[in-house]
Amino acid sequence: MTTSDQHDATGTTRVKRGMADMLKGGVIMDVVDAEQAVIAEEAGAVAVMALERVPADIRRDGGVARMSDPDMIDGIIEAVSIPVMAKARIGHFVEAQVLESLGVDYVDESEVLTPADEAHHIDKWAFEVPFVCGATNIGEALRRLGEGAAMIRSKGEAGTGNVVEATRHMRSITGSIRRLATMDEAELYGAAKDFRAPVDLVREVAASGRLPVVLFTAGGIATPADAAMMMQLGADGVFVGSGIFKSGNPEERARAIVEATTNYDDPAVVAKVSRGLGEAMVGINLDDLSDDQRFAGRGW
Amino acid sequence: MPTPRTATDDQPLVGVLALQGDVHEHLVVLDRVGARARRVRRTEHLDGLDGIILPGGESTTIGKLLHRFGMLDPLRFAVAGGLPAFGTCAGMILLSDELDQSEPQHLVGGLGVRTRRNAFGRQVDSFDTAVDVAGIDGGPMDASFIRAPKVVEVLDEAVEVLATVDDDPVVVRQGPVMASAFHPEVTGDDRLHTLFVSGIRSGRPAS
Repeated sequence: MTTSDQHDATGTTRVKRGMADMLKGGVIMDVVDAEQAVIAEEAGAVAVMALERVPADIRRDGGVARMSDPDMIDGIIEAVSIPVMAKARIGHFVEAQVLESLGVDYVDESEVLTPADEAHHIDKWAFEVPFVCGATNIGEALRRLGEGAAMIRSKGEAGTGNVVEATRHMRSITGSIRRLATMDEAELYGAAKDFRAPVDLVREVAASGRLPVVLFTAGGIATPADAAMMMQLGADGVFVGSGIFKSGNPEERARAIVEATTNYDDPAVVAKVSRGLGEAMVGINLDDLSDDQRFAGRGW
Repeated sequence: MPTPRTATDDQPLVGVLALQGDVHEHLVVLDRVGARARRVRRTEHLDGLDGIILPGGESTTIGKLLHRFGMLDPLRFAVAGGLPAFGTCAGMILLSDELDQSEPQHLVGGLGVRTRRNAFGRQVDSFDTAVDVAGIDGGPMDASFIRAPKVVEVLDEAVEVLATVDDDPVVVRQGPVMASAFHPEVTGDDRLHTLFVSGIRSGRPAS
Protein backbone atom coordinates (compact mmCIF):
# COMPACT_ATOMS: atom_id res chain seq x y z
CA MET A 1 0.00 0.00 0.00
CA THR A 2 1.15 3.51 -0.71
CA THR A 3 1.28 6.30 1.80
CA SER A 4 -1.66 8.22 0.44
CA ASP A 5 -3.87 5.13 0.36
CA GLN A 6 -3.20 4.47 3.98
CA HIS A 7 -3.99 7.98 5.21
CA ASP A 8 -7.14 8.57 3.20
CA ALA A 9 -9.67 8.07 5.95
CA THR A 10 -9.06 11.16 8.09
CA GLY A 11 -11.74 12.97 10.07
CA THR A 12 -13.85 9.82 10.51
CA THR A 13 -16.37 9.58 13.33
CA ARG A 14 -14.21 6.83 14.80
CA VAL A 15 -11.02 8.88 15.03
CA LYS A 16 -13.00 11.87 16.31
CA ARG A 17 -14.73 9.94 19.09
CA GLY A 18 -11.65 7.80 19.66
CA MET A 19 -9.57 10.90 20.36
CA ALA A 20 -11.93 11.72 23.25
CA ASP A 21 -11.67 8.12 24.52
CA MET A 22 -7.95 8.68 25.00
CA LEU A 23 -8.67 11.64 27.31
CA LYS A 24 -10.78 9.60 29.73
CA GLY A 25 -9.83 9.73 33.38
CA GLY A 26 -7.97 12.96 32.72
CA VAL A 27 -8.17 16.67 33.41
CA ILE A 28 -8.34 19.31 30.66
CA MET A 29 -7.26 22.75 31.84
CA ASP A 30 -8.20 26.22 30.57
CA VAL A 31 -5.12 28.27 29.67
CA VAL A 32 -4.77 31.75 28.19
CA ASP A 33 -1.09 31.63 27.22
CA ALA A 34 1.88 29.33 26.65
CA GLU A 35 3.21 29.80 30.18
CA GLN A 36 -0.02 28.50 31.71
CA ALA A 37 -0.07 25.65 29.18
CA VAL A 38 3.35 24.49 30.34
CA ILE A 39 2.22 24.57 33.98
CA ALA A 40 -0.83 22.51 33.04
CA GLU A 41 1.25 19.94 31.13
CA GLU A 42 3.72 19.66 34.01
CA ALA A 43 0.83 19.04 36.40
CA GLY A 44 -0.34 16.10 34.29
CA ALA A 45 -3.19 17.59 32.24
CA VAL A 46 -4.28 15.35 29.35
CA ALA A 47 -4.99 18.42 27.21
CA VAL A 48 -5.21 22.18 27.46
CA MET A 49 -8.06 24.44 26.35
CA ALA A 50 -6.98 27.75 24.81
CA LEU A 51 -9.25 30.72 25.32
CA GLU A 52 -8.93 34.48 25.39
CA ARG A 53 -9.82 34.94 29.05
CA VAL A 54 -10.78 32.43 31.72
CA PRO A 55 -14.52 32.45 32.49
CA ALA A 56 -14.09 34.30 35.80
CA ASP A 57 -12.44 37.19 33.93
CA ILE A 58 -15.09 37.13 31.22
CA ARG A 59 -17.67 37.56 34.00
CA ARG A 60 -15.70 40.37 35.62
CA ASP A 61 -14.83 42.28 32.46
CA GLY A 62 -17.98 41.77 30.43
CA GLY A 63 -17.94 42.64 26.73
CA VAL A 64 -17.86 40.15 23.87
CA ALA A 65 -15.74 37.06 24.46
CA ARG A 66 -14.25 35.50 21.31
CA MET A 67 -11.83 32.92 19.98
CA SER A 68 -8.20 33.44 21.07
CA ASP A 69 -5.66 35.30 18.99
CA PRO A 70 -4.09 32.81 16.50
CA ASP A 71 -0.62 33.89 17.66
CA MET A 72 -1.52 32.85 21.19
CA ILE A 73 -2.82 29.48 19.98
CA ASP A 74 0.32 28.91 17.89
CA GLY A 75 2.40 29.70 20.96
CA ILE A 76 0.48 27.17 23.05
CA ILE A 77 0.74 24.48 20.35
CA GLU A 78 4.48 25.15 20.18
CA ALA A 79 4.93 25.03 23.96
CA VAL A 80 3.31 21.67 24.82
CA SER A 81 3.19 18.15 23.40
CA ILE A 82 -0.25 17.27 24.79
CA PRO A 83 -3.41 17.92 22.74
CA VAL A 84 -4.52 21.54 22.40
CA MET A 85 -8.21 22.39 22.31
CA ALA A 86 -9.62 25.85 21.66
CA LYS A 87 -12.97 27.55 22.06
CA ALA A 88 -15.12 28.97 19.28
CA ARG A 89 -18.34 30.92 19.79
CA ILE A 90 -21.63 29.02 19.43
CA GLY A 91 -22.59 29.12 15.76
CA HIS A 92 -19.36 30.84 14.67
CA PHE A 93 -18.29 28.36 12.02
CA VAL A 94 -15.54 30.64 10.70
CA GLU A 95 -13.82 30.76 14.08
CA ALA A 96 -14.00 26.96 13.95
CA GLN A 97 -12.51 26.94 10.43
CA VAL A 98 -9.68 29.14 11.66
CA LEU A 99 -9.02 26.88 14.65
CA GLU A 100 -9.00 23.82 12.37
CA SER A 101 -6.50 25.50 10.06
CA LEU A 102 -4.25 26.29 13.03
CA GLY A 103 -4.10 22.57 13.84
CA VAL A 104 -5.94 22.51 17.15
CA ASP A 105 -6.87 18.96 18.16
CA TYR A 106 -10.42 19.65 19.36
CA VAL A 107 -12.79 22.63 19.06
CA ASP A 108 -15.08 23.52 21.96
CA GLU A 109 -18.22 25.25 20.66
CA SER A 110 -18.65 27.02 23.93
CA GLU A 111 -21.35 28.95 25.76
CA VAL A 112 -18.58 30.61 27.79
CA LEU A 113 -17.88 32.81 24.76
CA THR A 114 -20.55 35.19 23.47
CA PRO A 115 -22.85 33.30 21.05
CA ALA A 116 -22.53 34.34 17.39
CA ASP A 117 -25.80 32.78 16.20
CA GLU A 118 -28.99 32.69 18.24
CA ALA A 119 -30.63 29.88 16.28
CA HIS A 120 -27.96 27.58 14.86
CA HIS A 121 -25.05 25.67 16.22
CA ILE A 122 -22.11 24.88 13.93
CA ASP A 123 -22.61 22.01 11.42
CA LYS A 124 -19.84 19.93 12.93
CA TRP A 125 -20.03 17.15 10.34
CA ALA A 126 -18.47 19.60 7.87
CA PHE A 127 -15.13 19.52 9.75
CA GLU A 128 -12.22 17.10 10.06
CA VAL A 129 -11.39 18.45 13.50
CA PRO A 130 -13.63 16.99 16.24
CA PHE A 131 -15.91 19.10 18.44
CA VAL A 132 -16.88 19.02 22.09
CA CYS A 133 -20.11 20.76 23.09
CA GLY A 134 -21.78 21.61 26.38
CA ALA A 135 -25.13 20.18 27.49
CA THR A 136 -27.38 20.73 30.47
CA ASN A 137 -29.56 17.67 29.79
CA ILE A 138 -29.85 14.59 27.58
CA GLY A 139 -31.87 16.33 24.87
CA GLU A 140 -29.27 19.03 24.43
CA ALA A 141 -26.50 16.41 24.40
CA LEU A 142 -28.22 14.38 21.67
CA ARG A 143 -28.99 17.47 19.59
CA ARG A 144 -25.29 18.32 19.65
CA LEU A 145 -24.42 14.74 18.65
CA GLY A 146 -26.93 15.03 15.82
CA GLU A 147 -24.98 18.08 14.60
CA GLY A 148 -21.75 16.08 14.69
CA ALA A 149 -20.22 16.67 18.14
CA ALA A 150 -17.79 13.86 19.08
CA MET A 151 -17.63 14.57 22.81
CA ILE A 152 -20.06 16.08 25.35
CA ARG A 153 -19.41 17.98 28.54
CA SER A 154 -21.80 19.22 31.14
CA LYS A 155 -22.11 23.00 31.05
CA GLY A 156 -22.09 23.81 34.73
CA GLU A 157 -21.85 27.52 35.41
CA ALA A 158 -18.33 28.43 34.30
CA GLY A 159 -16.28 30.99 36.15
CA THR A 160 -18.16 30.72 39.43
CA GLY A 161 -16.11 28.16 41.33
CA ASN A 162 -19.51 26.75 42.29
CA VAL A 163 -20.12 23.15 41.33
CA VAL A 164 -23.88 23.09 41.89
CA GLU A 165 -24.86 23.53 38.23
CA ALA A 166 -22.40 20.89 37.01
CA THR A 167 -23.94 18.52 39.55
CA ARG A 168 -27.42 19.31 38.27
CA HIS A 169 -26.39 18.71 34.65
CA MET A 170 -24.50 15.49 35.35
CA ARG A 171 -27.39 14.10 37.38
CA SER A 172 -29.88 15.14 34.73
CA ILE A 173 -27.94 13.49 31.89
CA THR A 174 -27.06 10.24 33.69
CA GLY A 175 -30.55 10.00 35.24
CA SER A 176 -32.20 10.36 31.83
CA ILE A 177 -29.93 7.67 30.38
CA ARG A 178 -30.99 5.27 33.16
CA ARG A 179 -34.67 6.02 32.53
CA LEU A 180 -34.28 5.56 28.76
CA ALA A 181 -32.78 2.13 29.36
CA THR A 182 -36.05 0.97 30.95
CA MET A 183 -38.39 2.21 28.18
CA ASP A 184 -40.09 0.16 25.49
CA GLU A 185 -40.05 1.12 21.80
CA ALA A 186 -43.25 3.19 21.91
CA GLU A 187 -42.03 5.11 24.94
CA LEU A 188 -38.76 5.91 23.17
CA TYR A 189 -40.64 7.84 20.46
CA GLY A 190 -42.32 9.86 23.18
CA ALA A 191 -38.98 10.44 24.88
CA ALA A 192 -37.41 11.62 21.62
CA LYS A 193 -40.25 14.12 21.26
CA ASP A 194 -39.96 15.31 24.84
CA PHE A 195 -36.18 15.61 24.60
CA ARG A 196 -36.38 17.21 21.13
CA ALA A 197 -33.68 14.73 20.13
CA PRO A 198 -33.15 12.48 17.07
CA VAL A 199 -34.98 9.20 17.68
CA ASP A 200 -32.11 7.09 16.33
CA LEU A 201 -29.78 8.53 18.96
CA VAL A 202 -32.42 8.07 21.67
CA ARG A 203 -32.71 4.40 20.69
CA GLU A 204 -28.94 3.97 20.66
CA VAL A 205 -28.61 5.43 24.17
CA ALA A 206 -31.50 3.30 25.45
CA ALA A 207 -29.95 0.12 24.06
CA SER A 208 -26.40 0.74 25.27
CA GLY A 209 -27.20 2.52 28.54
CA ARG A 210 -24.67 5.24 27.81
CA LEU A 211 -23.94 8.11 25.46
CA PRO A 212 -22.19 6.98 22.27
CA VAL A 213 -19.43 9.49 23.06
CA VAL A 214 -17.32 10.45 26.05
CA LEU A 215 -19.04 12.59 28.70
CA PHE A 216 -16.84 15.03 30.61
CA THR A 217 -17.92 17.52 33.21
CA ALA A 218 -17.22 21.25 33.27
CA GLY A 219 -18.24 24.43 34.97
CA GLY A 220 -17.36 25.49 38.50
CA ILE A 221 -14.91 22.73 39.44
CA ALA A 222 -12.47 24.33 41.90
CA THR A 223 -11.20 21.62 44.26
CA PRO A 224 -9.91 18.03 44.12
CA ALA A 225 -13.09 16.93 45.90
CA ASP A 226 -15.24 18.67 43.25
CA ALA A 227 -13.43 16.72 40.54
CA ALA A 228 -13.74 13.41 42.39
CA MET A 229 -17.46 14.01 43.01
CA MET A 230 -18.08 14.58 39.29
CA MET A 231 -16.23 11.35 38.49
CA GLN A 232 -18.37 9.47 41.00
CA LEU A 233 -21.45 11.00 39.37
CA GLY A 234 -20.41 9.32 36.13
CA ALA A 235 -18.16 11.79 34.33
CA ASP A 236 -15.42 10.28 32.14
CA GLY A 237 -13.12 13.20 32.93
CA VAL A 238 -12.99 16.82 34.01
CA PHE A 239 -12.56 20.26 32.50
CA VAL A 240 -11.21 22.85 34.92
CA GLY A 241 -11.40 26.49 33.93
CA SER A 242 -10.90 29.38 36.28
CA GLY A 243 -10.48 27.02 39.25
CA ILE A 244 -6.75 26.56 38.68
CA PHE A 245 -5.29 29.84 37.52
CA LYS A 246 -7.60 31.93 39.74
CA SER A 247 -6.43 30.06 42.84
CA GLY A 248 -3.58 30.86 45.22
CA ASN A 249 -1.24 28.11 44.02
CA PRO A 250 -2.00 26.97 40.44
CA GLU A 251 0.84 24.40 40.17
CA GLU A 252 -0.13 22.53 43.32
CA ARG A 253 -3.87 22.77 42.72
CA ALA A 254 -3.58 21.56 39.14
CA ARG A 255 -1.57 18.55 40.23
CA ALA A 256 -3.95 17.80 43.11
CA ILE A 257 -6.99 17.87 40.82
CA VAL A 258 -5.24 15.47 38.41
CA GLU A 259 -4.44 13.02 41.22
CA ALA A 260 -7.95 13.26 42.70
CA THR A 261 -9.48 12.58 39.28
CA THR A 262 -7.45 9.38 38.89
CA ASN A 263 -8.28 8.26 42.44
CA TYR A 264 -11.82 9.60 42.55
CA ASP A 265 -13.11 6.61 44.51
CA ASP A 266 -10.33 6.68 47.13
CA PRO A 267 -11.18 9.30 49.79
CA ALA A 268 -7.79 8.89 51.48
CA VAL A 269 -6.01 10.04 48.31
CA VAL A 270 -8.48 12.89 47.77
CA ALA A 271 -7.88 13.97 51.38
CA LYS A 272 -4.12 13.78 50.99
CA VAL A 273 -3.97 15.85 47.83
CA SER A 274 -6.44 18.41 49.26
CA ARG A 275 -4.00 19.44 52.02
CA GLY A 276 -2.11 22.73 51.93
CA LEU A 277 -3.33 23.94 48.56
CA GLY A 278 -3.78 27.52 49.70
CA GLU A 279 -6.78 29.54 48.68
CA ALA A 280 -9.32 28.18 46.22
CA MET A 281 -10.88 30.70 43.89
CA VAL A 282 -13.37 32.81 45.79
CA GLY A 283 -16.45 31.61 43.99
CA ILE A 284 -19.87 33.05 43.32
CA ASN A 285 -23.18 32.04 44.82
CA LEU A 286 -25.46 31.27 41.88
CA ASP A 287 -28.33 33.15 43.54
CA ASP A 288 -26.28 36.31 43.05
CA LEU A 289 -26.28 35.91 39.26
CA SER A 290 -29.06 37.39 37.16
CA ASP A 291 -30.37 35.35 34.23
CA ASP A 292 -28.34 37.32 31.70
CA GLN A 293 -25.19 36.56 33.69
CA ARG A 294 -25.73 32.81 33.39
CA PHE A 295 -23.77 31.06 30.65
CA ALA A 296 -25.49 27.67 30.86
CA GLY A 297 -28.65 29.04 29.26
CA ARG A 298 -26.73 29.89 26.07
CA GLY A 299 -27.26 27.33 23.32
CA TRP A 300 -30.47 25.40 22.78
CA MET B 1 -5.81 -11.44 46.92
CA PRO B 2 -4.15 -12.53 43.69
CA THR B 3 -5.03 -15.97 42.50
CA PRO B 4 -2.00 -18.22 42.04
CA ARG B 5 -1.68 -19.32 38.46
CA THR B 6 -1.52 -22.94 37.49
CA ALA B 7 -0.16 -24.50 34.34
CA THR B 8 -3.64 -25.55 33.25
CA ASP B 9 -5.19 -22.12 33.75
CA ASP B 10 -6.55 -21.03 30.40
CA GLN B 11 -8.03 -17.79 31.73
CA PRO B 12 -4.95 -15.73 32.49
CA LEU B 13 -5.26 -12.68 34.72
CA VAL B 14 -4.36 -9.60 32.69
CA GLY B 15 -4.05 -6.17 34.26
CA VAL B 16 -4.94 -2.94 32.49
CA LEU B 17 -3.00 0.06 33.76
CA ALA B 18 -5.86 2.29 34.89
CA LEU B 19 -4.35 5.68 35.69
CA GLN B 20 -5.81 7.40 32.61
CA GLY B 21 -6.94 6.54 29.10
CA ASP B 22 -9.22 4.07 27.33
CA VAL B 23 -9.03 1.45 30.08
CA HIS B 24 -12.64 0.33 29.75
CA GLU B 25 -12.24 -0.58 26.07
CA HIS B 26 -9.34 -2.92 26.87
CA LEU B 27 -11.24 -4.54 29.76
CA VAL B 28 -14.13 -5.30 27.37
CA VAL B 29 -11.81 -6.86 24.77
CA LEU B 30 -10.02 -8.96 27.40
CA ASP B 31 -13.37 -10.35 28.49
CA ARG B 32 -14.24 -11.18 24.87
CA VAL B 33 -10.96 -13.05 24.30
CA GLY B 34 -11.37 -15.12 27.45
CA ALA B 35 -8.97 -13.50 29.91
CA ARG B 36 -9.73 -12.30 33.40
CA ALA B 37 -9.09 -8.58 33.71
CA ARG B 38 -8.05 -6.33 36.56
CA ARG B 39 -7.67 -2.56 36.75
CA VAL B 40 -4.18 -1.68 37.95
CA ARG B 41 -4.08 1.59 39.84
CA ARG B 42 -1.70 0.78 42.68
CA THR B 43 1.52 -1.19 42.98
CA GLU B 44 -0.16 -4.05 44.84
CA HIS B 45 -2.48 -4.59 41.87
CA LEU B 46 0.55 -5.93 39.98
CA ASP B 47 0.73 -8.95 42.29
CA GLY B 48 -0.24 -12.18 40.61
CA LEU B 49 -0.74 -10.79 37.12
CA ASP B 50 -0.02 -13.00 34.11
CA GLY B 51 0.27 -10.00 31.82
CA ILE B 52 -0.43 -6.28 31.63
CA ILE B 53 -1.87 -3.90 29.05
CA LEU B 54 -0.82 -0.25 28.86
CA PRO B 55 -3.79 1.48 27.23
CA GLY B 56 -4.20 4.43 24.92
CA GLY B 57 -4.24 7.80 26.62
CA GLU B 58 -1.86 10.67 27.17
CA SER B 59 1.60 9.18 27.70
CA THR B 60 2.98 12.19 29.59
CA THR B 61 0.08 12.08 32.05
CA ILE B 62 0.30 8.32 32.59
CA GLY B 63 4.08 8.53 33.05
CA LYS B 64 3.79 11.32 35.60
CA LEU B 65 1.12 9.47 37.57
CA LEU B 66 3.21 6.26 37.53
CA HIS B 67 6.08 8.27 38.95
CA ARG B 68 4.04 10.15 41.57
CA PHE B 69 2.26 7.06 42.82
CA GLY B 70 5.52 5.10 43.14
CA MET B 71 4.51 2.58 40.48
CA LEU B 72 7.11 3.34 37.83
CA ASP B 73 9.94 1.21 39.24
CA PRO B 74 7.73 -1.75 40.24
CA LEU B 75 6.24 -1.82 36.74
CA ARG B 76 9.69 -1.47 35.13
CA PHE B 77 11.00 -4.36 37.20
CA ALA B 78 7.96 -6.49 36.41
CA VAL B 79 8.27 -5.96 32.65
CA ALA B 80 12.07 -6.33 32.74
CA GLY B 81 11.54 -9.52 34.73
CA GLY B 82 9.43 -11.06 31.98
CA LEU B 83 5.83 -9.98 32.71
CA PRO B 84 4.13 -10.08 29.30
CA ALA B 85 3.10 -6.55 28.32
CA PHE B 86 1.07 -5.08 25.48
CA GLY B 87 0.90 -1.34 24.84
CA THR B 88 -1.35 0.54 22.42
CA CYS B 89 -0.51 4.08 21.27
CA ALA B 90 0.43 5.81 24.56
CA GLY B 91 1.22 2.29 25.80
CA MET B 92 3.68 1.84 22.93
CA ILE B 93 5.37 5.09 23.90
CA LEU B 94 5.65 4.02 27.55
CA LEU B 95 7.08 0.60 26.63
CA SER B 96 9.76 2.13 24.39
CA ASP B 97 13.33 2.31 25.67
CA GLU B 98 13.86 5.70 24.03
CA LEU B 99 11.84 8.58 22.64
CA ASP B 100 12.74 10.75 19.67
CA GLN B 101 12.48 14.04 21.57
CA SER B 102 14.65 16.23 23.75
CA GLU B 103 12.14 16.66 26.61
CA PRO B 104 12.57 13.98 29.28
CA GLN B 105 9.59 11.72 29.90
CA HIS B 106 8.94 8.86 32.33
CA LEU B 107 9.08 5.51 30.51
CA VAL B 108 8.60 1.89 31.53
CA GLY B 109 10.73 0.49 28.70
CA GLY B 110 11.04 -3.09 27.55
CA LEU B 111 11.11 -2.57 23.79
CA GLY B 112 14.47 -1.75 22.25
CA VAL B 113 13.10 0.94 19.98
CA ARG B 114 13.19 4.70 19.60
CA THR B 115 9.65 6.02 19.19
CA ARG B 116 8.35 9.37 18.02
CA ARG B 117 5.18 10.74 19.57
CA ASN B 118 2.45 12.22 17.34
CA ALA B 119 4.51 10.96 14.41
CA PHE B 120 1.68 11.20 11.87
CA GLY B 121 0.71 14.74 12.83
CA ARG B 122 -2.00 16.35 14.90
CA GLN B 123 -5.61 15.19 15.37
CA VAL B 124 -6.77 16.41 11.94
CA ASP B 125 -4.23 13.92 10.51
CA SER B 126 -5.57 10.98 12.57
CA PHE B 127 -6.79 8.22 10.26
CA ASP B 128 -8.39 4.81 9.85
CA THR B 129 -6.73 2.24 7.65
CA ALA B 130 -6.12 -1.46 7.10
CA VAL B 131 -2.81 -2.92 8.30
CA ASP B 132 -1.30 -6.32 7.53
CA VAL B 133 0.22 -7.76 10.70
CA ALA B 134 2.66 -10.66 10.54
CA GLY B 135 1.29 -13.63 12.44
CA ILE B 136 -2.32 -12.39 12.24
CA ASP B 137 -4.47 -14.51 9.94
CA GLY B 138 -7.68 -13.47 8.23
CA GLY B 139 -6.62 -10.38 6.34
CA PRO B 140 -5.45 -6.92 7.34
CA MET B 141 -6.46 -5.45 10.68
CA ASP B 142 -8.94 -2.61 10.94
CA ALA B 143 -6.79 0.10 12.54
CA SER B 144 -7.41 3.57 14.00
CA PHE B 145 -4.34 5.81 14.30
CA ILE B 146 -5.15 8.67 16.68
CA ARG B 147 -2.33 11.20 17.17
CA ALA B 148 -0.36 8.00 16.85
CA PRO B 149 3.34 7.35 17.44
CA LYS B 150 5.65 5.26 15.28
CA VAL B 151 8.97 3.57 15.72
CA VAL B 152 11.72 5.58 14.05
CA GLU B 153 14.61 3.27 14.94
CA VAL B 154 14.97 -0.30 16.09
CA LEU B 155 17.76 -0.38 18.68
CA ASP B 156 17.80 -4.07 19.58
CA GLU B 157 18.10 -6.88 17.06
CA ALA B 158 15.70 -8.96 19.15
CA VAL B 159 12.87 -6.62 18.12
CA GLU B 160 10.51 -8.07 15.50
CA VAL B 161 8.62 -5.66 13.27
CA LEU B 162 5.16 -7.15 12.71
CA ALA B 163 3.57 -4.31 10.74
CA THR B 164 4.50 -1.07 9.02
CA VAL B 165 2.83 2.06 7.66
CA ASP B 166 4.86 4.14 5.20
CA ASP B 167 7.66 1.60 5.87
CA ASP B 168 7.80 2.68 9.52
CA PRO B 169 7.14 0.04 12.20
CA VAL B 170 3.72 0.33 13.85
CA VAL B 171 3.50 -3.10 15.52
CA VAL B 172 6.62 -4.45 17.24
CA ARG B 173 7.45 -7.29 19.60
CA GLN B 174 10.44 -8.19 21.69
CA GLY B 175 10.02 -11.44 23.59
CA PRO B 176 6.87 -11.12 25.72
CA VAL B 177 6.53 -7.36 25.15
CA MET B 178 4.39 -6.16 22.26
CA ALA B 179 3.08 -2.78 21.13
CA SER B 180 0.92 -1.23 18.43
CA ALA B 181 0.79 2.41 17.37
CA PHE B 182 -2.92 2.06 16.58
CA HIS B 183 -5.89 1.22 18.81
CA PRO B 184 -7.22 -2.32 18.30
CA GLU B 185 -9.37 -1.75 21.41
CA VAL B 186 -11.62 0.79 19.65
CA THR B 187 -12.25 -1.09 16.40
CA GLY B 188 -13.72 -4.41 17.53
CA ASP B 189 -10.83 -6.24 15.82
CA ASP B 190 -9.63 -8.40 18.72
CA ARG B 191 -6.88 -10.34 16.96
CA LEU B 192 -3.89 -8.58 18.53
CA HIS B 193 -5.38 -9.08 22.01
CA THR B 194 -5.98 -12.73 21.13
CA LEU B 195 -2.36 -13.04 20.04
CA PHE B 196 -1.18 -11.45 23.29
CA VAL B 197 -3.37 -13.63 25.50
CA SER B 198 -2.49 -16.82 23.62
CA GLY B 199 1.18 -15.97 24.10
CA ILE B 200 0.55 -15.74 27.85
CA ARG B 201 -1.35 -19.03 27.82
CA SER B 202 1.48 -20.85 26.11
CA GLY B 203 3.88 -19.35 28.63
CA ARG B 204 6.29 -18.15 26.02
CA PRO B 205 6.61 -15.20 23.69
CA ALA B 206 3.50 -14.83 21.54
CA SER B 207 3.94 -16.44 18.17
